[in-house]
Amino acid sequence: MTAGYNFAYLDEQTKRMIRRAILKAVAIPGYQVPFGSREMPLPYGWGTGGIQVTASIIGSHDVLKVIDQGADDTTNAVSIRRFFANTAGVETTTRTTDATIIQTRHRIPETPLHADQIIVFQVPIPEPLRWLEPRESETRQMHAYADYAVMHVKLYEDIARYGHIATTYDYPVIVNGRYLMRPSPIPKFDNPKMDMNPALMLFGAGREKRIYAVPPYTSVKSLDFEDHPFTIESWDTSCALCGATDAFLDEVITDDRGGKMFVCSDSDHCAERSVKNHKDGQEKAA
Amino acid sequence: MNAISKLTATDAPLLSVRGIGKRFGNRMACRDVSFDLWPGEVLAIVGESGAGKTTLLRNLCGDQVPDEGHVLFARRDGSISDVYAIPEPERRILMRTDWGIIHQNPRDGLRYGVSAGANVGERLMAVGARNYADIRRTAASWLQRLEIDVARMDELPIAFSGGMQQRLQIARNLVTQPRLVFMDEPTGGLDVSVQAKLLDLLRSLVGELGLAAIIVTHDLAVARLLADRLMVMQGGRAVELGLTDQVLDDPQHPYTQLLVSSVLQI
Repeated sequence: MTAGYNFAYLDEQTKRMIRRAILKAVAIPGYQVPFGSREMPLPYGWGTGGIQVTASIIGSHDVLKVIDQGADDTTNAVSIRRFFANTAGVETTTRTTDATIIQTRHRIPETPLHADQIIVFQVPIPEPLRWLEPRESETRQMHAYADYAVMHVKLYEDIARYGHIATTYDYPVIVNGRYLMRPSPIPKFDNPKMDMNPALMLFGAGREKRIYAVPPYTSVKSLDFEDHPFTIESWDTSCALCGATDAFLDEVITDDRGGKMFVCSDSDHCAERSVKNHKDGQEKAA
Repeated sequence: MNAISKLTATDAPLLSVRGIGKRFGNRMACRDVSFDLWPGEVLAIVGESGAGKTTLLRNLCGDQVPDEGHVLFARRDGSISDVYAIPEPERRILMRTDWGIIHQNPRDGLRYGVSAGANVGERLMAVGARNYADIRRTAASWLQRLEIDVARMDELPIAFSGGMQQRLQIARNLVTQPRLVFMDEPTGGLDVSVQAKLLDLLRSLVGELGLAAIIVTHDLAVARLLADRLMVMQGGRAVELGLTDQVLDDPQHPYTQLLVSSVLQI
């Protein structure tokens, strides 16, 4: 399976270098550690950072799950899963509970993670202050001095313009009471899942050459105002397939006459619930 | 002038400047400048272009680190800090609580991507305010004091006229009630009637709040109106320092005499 490639594509020295960056990132929760990002056989923006992190931590006994927007069957997820099946020969899965490493873009699975799992996030822009302060030299100083007032200026501006905090994804968080962090473009619905999570969370940004981490059981607080507290998205409806009321729902347009349905964005969660509903129904009928 | 009456024997200087010098390459932009500024006092720094006025101001307010000399500041708790010896995070906190810096061009002092209210509220959030309604109320009251229509607080600064932008910049600085404000040509680039209104406003604010201020200007009229004391700079040196009326009415240094006699009397 791995013919022609080193195990998990990257050479051993590169993996060591990335592991060193990861160790530093875990030691300083939320701090962006620079690393020597390599060219990968897919373009920037397709998860090169996440792939390099996964490649450096994956072992032959690991079971890999890859999701994109919560789904296991989207292009990005399929190609990355196949990439590691080919280059590392590892077992892959779509079941959240079976996976030891989950690489993700845009979501954290609905099924709670456990302590034996590592979740790897693909990060497009690691710097939370970037749109407010274009100078890298200045943002580094702001991190060093925990000088994060401008982030609240952005939230203030949201409320002044829209009446509520209108930031819905990549919602800024403070990790371990110290570093301001971009949680990558996950919906703010997933922010509370990061707080005191038993799994290790690693973030890789390939183009920007940064790695950061949230170790297990670390506090992750979403920024807010006393009188405009942090809230997550909610829906008036439930999932059209599995009936879930507590999951993140995608709006799917079904025809050109305004028809639409809401379904779980986490395909594994939805499928498992549908199977369970089906079984429950059969038991009731019997 | 009234500066005298404000002083008592027990007053310690708010700001003590000792032997400040700044070098650009092998050229000294300003050298060996020393003075004291007392609480509530307004000092104007005048001189021609290139005299080192702005460089001096930038080296006092923490914008640039001087090559020589010390700047000592009396904190609210009475302790004296050497501004360039304290750690940078502490200096940053000092700059946004006890100090205000008003730039000649409002573009240097405002955030153009966010509304006027957010511009004023930023300093409050920087010192830990986390209640939206409180921040907004405080911001609105400062906009009102600076004669900016509160109904326009959610507009971007770009929608404001030059004079309004300058007043917005002042509101943004005064919101944390600083004790010392640095101003670099605060009325530069404004037409005369707006200048006059702004000066009037500045004068009443300085009086009401008991602000100390250091104002860099090349306009002697501004200095006459606002300043208790006047420092004249030439070639990077302070050539004359005294009470404003005294310096303007009875200049001693040849350069000051030239400066005063160059002003058109209308």
